[in-house]
Amino acid sequence: MTTLSETEQKITNSIDSQISDAISPVEKKFKMIAENVTIHYGNTMGVKNVTMKFPEKSVTALIGPSGCGKTTFLRCLNRMHDMTKNAKVEGKVMLDDIDLYDKSIDPIYHRRKVGMVFQKPNPFPTMSIYDNVTAGLKLNGVKDKRILDEIVEDTLKMAYLWDEVKNDLKKSAIELSGGQQQRLCIARALAIQPEVLLMDEPASALDPIATQKIEETITELKKDYTIIIVTHNMQQAVRVSDYTGFMYLGELIEFRETKKLFTDPKNDLTAKYVQGQFG
Amino acid sequence: MEKKPDAYRKQNIRSDKIFKLAATIAGSFVLVIIALMIFQLISESYPIWEAEGLGFIIGTDWNAVEGRESFGALPYIAGTLVTAALAMVIGVPLSIGIAMFISDAPAKIGGPLGFLVELLAAVPSIIYGLWGLLVFRLYFQDWVEKPLHDLFGDSIFLFSGTPFGLDIITASVILAIMIIPTVSSVSREIMKAVPQQQREAAYMLGATKWEMFKLAVFPYSKTGLIGASILGLGRAVGETMAVTMLIGNATGIAAFPSSFFKPSQTMSSIIANEFVEASPASLHLPALIGVALILLLIAIVINIVAHLLVTRMMKVKEGAINN
Amino acid sequence: MSTTNEKREEYRALFKNNVKKRLLVDKIVHIIIFAFVIIAIIPLGSILVEVFKNGITAISYEFLTATPGSIGTGDGGIGPAIQGTLIIIGLASLIGVPIGVMSGIFLSEYGDNRLARNVRFFNDVFMEFPSIVLGIFAFLVIVLILGHFSVWAGAFALALIMFPIVARTTEESLKMVPVTYREAGTALGLKKWVITFRIVISAAKGGMITGILLAVSRIGGETAPLIMTILGSSQFFSSMDVPMDALPLRIWRLSLLPYESSQLQGWGAALVLIFIIIGINLAIRYYFGNGNERIMKLIKPGVTAKK
Repeated sequence: MTTLSETEQKITNSIDSQISDAISPVEKKFKMIAENVTIHYGNTMGVKNVTMKFPEKSVTALIGPSGCGKTTFLRCLNRMHDMTKNAKVEGKVMLDDIDLYDKSIDPIYHRRKVGMVFQKPNPFPTMSIYDNVTAGLKLNGVKDKRILDEIVEDTLKMAYLWDEVKNDLKKSAIELSGGQQQRLCIARALAIQPEVLLMDEPASALDPIATQKIEETITELKKDYTIIIVTHNMQQAVRVSDYTGFMYLGELIEFRETKKLFTDPKNDLTAKYVQGQFG
Repeated sequence: MEKKPDAYRKQNIRSDKIFKLAATIAGSFVLVIIALMIFQLISESYPIWEAEGLGFIIGTDWNAVEGRESFGALPYIAGTLVTAALAMVIGVPLSIGIAMFISDAPAKIGGPLGFLVELLAAVPSIIYGLWGLLVFRLYFQDWVEKPLHDLFGDSIFLFSGTPFGLDIITASVILAIMIIPTVSSVSREIMKAVPQQQREAAYMLGATKWEMFKLAVFPYSKTGLIGASILGLGRAVGETMAVTMLIGNATGIAAFPSSFFKPSQTMSSIIANEFVEASPASLHLPALIGVALILLLIAIVINIVAHLLVTRMMKVKEGAINN
Repeated sequence: MSTTNEKREEYRALFKNNVKKRLLVDKIVHIIIFAFVIIAIIPLGSILVEVFKNGITAISYEFLTATPGSIGTGDGGIGPAIQGTLIIIGLASLIGVPIGVMSGIFLSEYGDNRLARNVRFFNDVFMEFPSIVLGIFAFLVIVLILGHFSVWAGAFALALIMFPIVARTTEESLKMVPVTYREAGTALGLKKWVITFRIVISAAKGGMITGILLAVSRIGGETAPLIMTILGSSQFFSSMDVPMDALPLRIWRLSLLPYESSQLQGWGAALVLIFIIIGINLAIRYYFGNGNERIMKLIKPGVTAKK
């Protein structure tokens, strides 16, 4: 862990205070806290010393222009960068009380608690709808068909997909439309009973109707889950999120309650972005 | 003055026309050769088909003595298929394991290892044969064949027959080694074609590396891996020299592969062993050419199936996902 | 929401604490795969080691230049075999390369029709013909007609192995040259054959030469087609109409003799052959760089087939 320079300390303090501004300490606790996260890809730095605190049972949106590092940052929250050969992650990511990057723990124990939905739907193509949803459950040793059926119905209902597919769960997953596939992926992530849901531009590959359905799903889900969503669509962030973090060139510029960030941004850069002066 | 542009254009067209013709002829050369080859093989083997009919394919005699000539290709067909199948059974798991290892390993290890495996694809069959004959066979005979024979020779017929190291199993093992470079590098390509998002989905569910393979990589690439294996089968079927040097050179009914430790014969090895001595005046040469014809047909069918599986897998799955 | 937090906790309780076991299985699989790699690498490494170890003792000036001595003595050498291999590779290339290149040009520059699709398909099929069958074909159309073994027959058989490889690699190399090159040529008023030879082939040179060298290294080790075409011999080359020796044939002959001295000579011949073949392969990699990986993958059929 590098020691912070004065300016960096000032920024961190100001963000802390922004976050605290946004949240009354009595109301919510933080489900996930990312502290001083820096991510290198080979020689380039994708994320620079970002600290963010994610309140539980709420939706936090990450916005920013292309290449600002929001997706890179999101993926470090469930250690997805372990799969990338050149990536190096520094810093802490706390899930409740556990640092996911602590060298003494094996991430497999905890990855299950953080579900992820990707930008393009990626259901397992050789499996049926039913099998896609139960894939994670079977990994964890759940075999009781009754329970599997229950969870399948439950999660497909949560993803607003149940009514459309309930009569044909054995259908192959790739026979669904793009929007349906994405909702299936949401159900698949929910099936393993995570505590946090990470969503990387989940509706960007979808048509407006499917997008609306996904957003409805997110709004319902946040009653029980902590959701962090990356989006390049500012209107979506406004519709769906409670808190928003604005990133630029790998740094976190501002983090406030969504309404406040968009109507009264404290930072010049944020103001320029939300007014559409650059993309 | 006015003539010049016209003349130029005509000359233009003509030399290009000649060029196109030459290229087309060169391209069609392969079609002509294939047709000619099949014609020649059928016509030169005609005497044996005339004499034995389709019985040649299921016959088991192999008698070149004048007056009592009788030939049947079945033992050699069986020998080819059995050795190639064994080579697949042994070689494919090894190849897929290597492919998995190389794709997963850091570049520093994976790179040189992959390079080594590819370089070994360049080693010619005759040298595999030489090594097999003078080095491998001795170790294999003492360390594997004799113990297996002592342990199981009486109970399991597969292990009966005193092992001398020149037999079906030795030839099959060498074949297995020979197909590893092909099957493993094609398998690697196929596994690379699995989209990263598939692996990430499995990873997200909390899968271990092996579970990721079972969940995301293997089902997606199954067809292609089967195609890669059949490609290996095709290579093994066409192999000549290494097999010839290690299979023991039996003929006739005695060549029928009934146990691992029996000497046997494949279609390509009987040709390699006997072609030069076979008299064109007798039925012997036509019989060998008949064997070659059967070998060719089997090799073509296997390779077409393999091609279809490999290319189909790459196309179908991609199209389906980009729904 | 139909599920509450309590229900979720219930579900979570069902998750077996099997992570430890799963990690163990994962580790075991890793070990098994590593074992596979070792099992496969050992013989492959052993071949190179044994060829070098045993062959190097046989190498000498005499060995490389003399004719074979009496059987069973350690005398003589493999001079005719080396000469024969060089001759047969050269002749085969003389026949196979032009046909292959023109065929590749056909597929690339005139390749958008039904004939070309068929040619491409059958070209790939032909590459898989067992080489011994090609040898028989050469025997039937040349040796049988002439009534004697012939170097032409051997060269022809090897050329048949070469040209499909050269055709494919040439096609892919030419296809990699951007269309704009050809358009520039047309804009300059050049004839198509001039454009192809002067401009496109110049740009595709690297890939084409790679393909040709790969084909050469492939036929250098071929034995089966030579058995019934050039037969093998103990004399240096004298005429196209008599048998000729070649390294693979000599190795075969030597390996079958029961004398240790002969086997040693066999190793020596194998060393020379491996030296030539691997030398060509390494030269391809280092001289032309790994950008030609795509070309080299074409020798493994099926993968880059883009139809």
